[in-house]
Amino acid sequence: MTNIAKGASEPHTITSPVSSADAHVALEHVRMAFGRRRVLDDLSCGFPRGKISVILGPSGSGKSTILRLIGGLIRPRSGRVVVDGQDITRMSEKRINEVRRKLGMLFQGGALLDSYTVFDNLALPLREKGRLTPREITQEVHASLAAVGVSDAIRLLPRELSGGMLRRVALARAIIRKPSILLCDEPFSGLDSVSIKHIESLLTGINRESGVTLIIVSHHIPSTMRMADRILLLMGQKSVEGSPSELRQNADADVADFLNEGLEGALR
Amino acid sequence: MLNQVSVFGNKSLRAIQELGSMAVFAGAMAISALKPPLRLGSFKRELYKIGVLSLIIICISGFAVGMVLGLQGYHTLSRFGAQHSLGAVVGLSLIRELGPVLAALLVIGRAGSAVAAEIASMVATEQLDGLRMLSINPIDFVAAPKAVAMLVVMPLLTALFIVCGLAGGYVTGVGLMKGDPGSYMASLRYAVDFRNDVSVSLIKSIAFGALVSIIATYRGYTSTPTSEGVSAATTSTVVIASVSVLFLDYVITALWGI
Repeated sequence: MTNIAKGASEPHTITSPVSSADAHVALEHVRMAFGRRRVLDDLSCGFPRGKISVILGPSGSGKSTILRLIGGLIRPRSGRVVVDGQDITRMSEKRINEVRRKLGMLFQGGALLDSYTVFDNLALPLREKGRLTPREITQEVHASLAAVGVSDAIRLLPRELSGGMLRRVALARAIIRKPSILLCDEPFSGLDSVSIKHIESLLTGINRESGVTLIIVSHHIPSTMRMADRILLLMGQKSVEGSPSELRQNADADVADFLNEGLEGALR
Repeated sequence: MLNQVSVFGNKSLRAIQELGSMAVFAGAMAISALKPPLRLGSFKRELYKIGVLSLIIICISGFAVGMVLGLQGYHTLSRFGAQHSLGAVVGLSLIRELGPVLAALLVIGRAGSAVAAEIASMVATEQLDGLRMLSINPIDFVAAPKAVAMLVVMPLLTALFIVCGLAGGYVTGVGLMKGDPGSYMASLRYAVDFRNDVSVSLIKSIAFGALVSIIATYRGYTSTPTSEGVSAATTSTVVIASVSVLFLDYVITALWGI
């Protein structure tokens, strides 16, 4: 992963970038802005197949924007977004929907339909697909909820769930179509340490057991350091990429400060 | 001066652009509503929320408007010794103008604002993005059933408003002012014509239903994903839809003939 931001004094690349051939998802020279605010400037990076990649960085650095670009929810001003070998940058919404069948996304707030029960929220994508019988749908929903350990919540509405349960139900919905790429936007934010460990082990399990490519946006540095295979650190005009150990050894003062503050904050 | 012209030009361009995207949105909703799956379950739920829950306010308002018309009409007509025409005055006022317009304004306030707020809060909580990521088109799943329900409900609520108004006029003109019940009903029957009066009323209510449903769903759908955005979408729906209904009422009246 490399990011050569325009105006950067010196681009930082720690390891050799993931080649396009190895990358399950790749961004090539992507520029993105909201109004006059430039968020991503000539960003090129790749996320390797079957690995856990974590995007770190301060607020407003464009982390969630990267996930939304990969999901096709927004389009870049220029550059390419390639998902599983398909350039989705200028695809029609209908064709992007086909690509999205390979993707699952865990939103920060869960994004569950608040007027639907947990069962209906999970059954919805299966019903829309229209290939399964009601009995098969029920089995799939039960299996998915059991996998994240919230079978008891099946008849509840999203507003009746705790923060940790909501996140796990949202994760169950994200994986119910068995995606090959799972995008997670701040999966640990607002959770207590027990829930964080639980979500962390669930995500790691999904990756190890099913070989799903995980791309996680996070502020939680201790979890990131434990679970990530690769880290992309976005810091304003520059970005740094590497494994957790490579980042720890980085001599750049900004990188060290960011990581140390995150680790100390978690201990406080 | 040049600066002011430039600002005016920019605002005009933005307004035209907005109209264009609203038309595209309305087209997408029409396609979604016509192509399978028809989403009858969602449609029925919306019929209940928009239609059934508006019944009381429509009945009470219609009855009150009819009572006022009956009272004002009786006093004015009695000056000319024409109080036997009260049924015609109340009936024509309600059927041609007040029924469709006031029912539409009431539906905007009660259901239009609710539709915009519901969709806008779904935008703010990423529920629509969540649907997109599940390969479900939010226009198809969320907006179209609400719009179709509003389109179906508007003529029915208008008819109910008119019937309650006629009853209100009868209670005042006959019950309180001791007018002749036979004259009230006879003048109503002779004055109201299906082709020129009832059909205009029907056309107006369908047109208002289409207009309100498009504005409410569009404002919700394109709202800023914040709590402020939810409030702005709700307010703008009520303001824009109310003003548009009043203008469209004039256009239809002018085109159809008085």
